[in-house]
Amino acid sequence: MAIATLCFYVFAAILVACGAMVITARNPVHSVLFLILAFFNAAGLFVLIGAEFLAMILVVVYVGAVAVLFLFVVMMLDINFRDMRKGAKRYAGVGAAIGIVLLAEILLVVGTWQLDPGLSGAGAAPTPAIADMHNTRALGNLIYTEYVYLFQGAGMVLLVAMMGAIVLTLRQREGVKRQRIADQVARSSKDEVRKVNVSSGSGI
Amino acid sequence: MQDLQGLLAEYLPILIFIGIAAGLSVAMIVGSMIVSRQHPDSEKLSAYECGFEAFDDARQRFDVRFYLVTLLFIIFDLEVAFLFPWAVALGDIGVFGFWSMVVFLGILTIGFVYEWRKGALEWE
Repeated sequence: MAIATLCFYVFAAILVACGAMVITARNPVHSVLFLILAFFNAAGLFVLIGAEFLAMILVVVYVGAVAVLFLFVVMMLDINFRDMRKGAKRYAGVGAAIGIVLLAEILLVVGTWQLDPGLSGAGAAPTPAIADMHNTRALGNLIYTEYVYLFQGAGMVLLVAMMGAIVLTLRQREGVKRQRIADQVARSSKDEVRKVNVSSGSGI
Repeated sequence: MQDLQGLLAEYLPILIFIGIAAGLSVAMIVGSMIVSRQHPDSEKLSAYECGFEAFDDARQRFDVRFYLVTLLFIIFDLEVAFLFPWAVALGDIGVFGFWSMVVFLGILTIGFVYEWRKGALEWE
């Protein structure tokens, strides 16, 4: 268990350090790369608490897809970040005030938060021991039957996201030459080839 | 706690590989820094005399369709992520669980057909 504890502190320390680097790095591309490292360390923390499936999904979805999307956005935005920083001092006061209000609200919520003492163990599906129930399997037992509406809702959200992406970004360019294989195959030599008898010396 | 330890023991090889990878990369970078002779000079970093200075930033806008491909990839990535626990637990969740996934896949197939017919998968 000592190794696990050591791993936890290493992962957590790198995670916090990466989080700090994400917001302080000068180059936004470096920020995204630090974010990817932070995702990996968060996956390590998930493994340490026994949530293997979440760890792997974090790596597959966030590192594999979302981070790439972030890189695209950062590349596409073409913002001069030095110019953006110029105005930062002017708005520092207002930003700090909003931050303090938010912090106070969070403290109020967390400070007065109380769990119902009878609540523990009253869930619809209490967490089984790891030896009896595999992590992925425990999720599978719940998502598709117990939480079927939320699952279908997730499908709807994905559908809307897909259509939204297509509607927003699909542009048909004019005058592009495309290969139409069906037309190519359906073409017959009779329509296209003409045999001409040319007498010698006259030309066509 | 005992079970969690057994689970983590399965991940020990991965941890060892991460350690080897980190150690190897640090050794290569630090080793080459120590072993090589270094004569830093600002001229070494400047453009050659026959070249010219960069006109502007290397970062520029590029076609939005790369973004579309990534978004569609993420959506199908998530769809496949939902398939894993379903496949593992299919024996326990029975017919209802099976059809719930089929409906889910059907919804996303509507999106897939839409995408196909719109020509979002075509590259010019």
